[in-house]
Amino acid sequence: MYSQGLRDSKAGDDSPELLDAFQQRIDKEEKIEPRDWMPQAYRKTLIRQISQHAHSEIVGQLPEANWVTRAPSLKRKLILLAKIQDEAGHGLYLYSAAETLGESRHQMYQDLLSGKAKYSSIFNYPTLNWADAGAVGWLVDGAAIMNQVALCRTSYGPYSRAMVRICKEESFHQRQGYDIMLKMAKGSPEQKAMAQDALNRTWWPSLMMFGPSDKDSTHSDQSMKWKIKRFSNDDLRQKFIDATVPQAEYLGLSIPDKNLKYNDKIGHYDFSEIKWDELFNVIKGNGPCNQQRMDARNKAYEDGAWVREAAAVYAEKQDNKKHNKEVA
Amino acid sequence: MKLYEVFLRAKSGLSHKHVGSVHATDAQMAMQNARDLYTRREEGESIWVVDSTQIISSNPNDKAAYFEPAVDKIYRHPSFYPFDKEVKNI
Ligand SMILES: [Fe+2]
Ligand SMILES: [Fe+2]
Repeated sequence: MYSQGLRDSKAGDDSPELLDAFQQRIDKEEKIEPRDWMPQAYRKTLIRQISQHAHSEIVGQLPEANWVTRAPSLKRKLILLAKIQDEAGHGLYLYSAAETLGESRHQMYQDLLSGKAKYSSIFNYPTLNWADAGAVGWLVDGAAIMNQVALCRTSYGPYSRAMVRICKEESFHQRQGYDIMLKMAKGSPEQKAMAQDALNRTWWPSLMMFGPSDKDSTHSDQSMKWKIKRFSNDDLRQKFIDATVPQAEYLGLSIPDKNLKYNDKIGHYDFSEIKWDELFNVIKGNGPCNQQRMDARNKAYEDGAWVREAAAVYAEKQDNKKHNKEVA
Repeated sequence: MKLYEVFLRAKSGLSHKHVGSVHATDAQMAMQNARDLYTRREEGESIWVVDSTQIISSNPNDKAAYFEPAVDKIYRHPSFYPFDKEVKNI
């Protein structure tokens, strides 16, 4: 199989020579492919990161799905559906990449459903008004793009290729979101107020998407050395802020941070300290929608059981028919 | 569910290229899933799906034994035969 027959290093046989040779490949910017030798920890880190990323894409469909039936026009509805379908696709590209590391898709999915695996904290916030569909596309997909563009050069081949595919599709997501915001911000005073409200609620959770501050990030050093990650959380967050503030100004909306100010000396925006307690609390499961999201995923999985069973029985029947013909 | 590897031909004149994989109970479902997943933006005009257990691949362990013999056969390349500038169109 393409993805199996892994030349797995048994626990403990990560000899210094092998580790050294591996690091040299990484330093030479060589991509690591599925059946190449790799340290146990490299494999484990990737499985964790890629599957978490896949789960985020899948759960990420839910906040926007909230607005499909109430989109203000057929055009917006079609766009939103296409965007949500892309997110499902992103999840599948990523599960496909994680499987090449020897983890089964079934196991990854069970870990999501049981709550053992994590997904991005942003999707545990509600989408309260139509402008949220705009703010999510603009800011959440915008933040995701910052992360994902950086990951296109990650050292693991299948992950990098999945990210390239995903990045090609993300720009549409961000632009359709900004387009919604623009229409609302330039609309009636009520519409503008809805857009401002959506921005107020989405801004900080979007900044948290980049993860903990570098000084508190537990996995960063080794991941940078192995070029799984190529930029630090704080660098990417700063880049996102610098790119986004002028876009908010163009909308005529204000970013909910009284300390936000362009700093001429460093050429970046200064901003307030992020409320890290909130991030850790949401990750722990106490966000406004954690339970709702998990329930929705579990229900979808249970409701789909009969389809999976029917497909399996049908495939078996077809196999038998073919076999009988061959025998006859 | 079985794992199928997916190959796409972007347009006629090009060969099929591996793009990823899908899960399906049979070949027909694999084909439909591959279409939905990998060709939402006209990325292809022809799809191959292959039951992943049917792929036979070389082993990374054998990389040297398999591919290194080509390294020292430089006489296989046209640059191994330099001529004077007077010799033209060759
Ligand atoms: Fe996505
Ligand atoms: Fe997206």
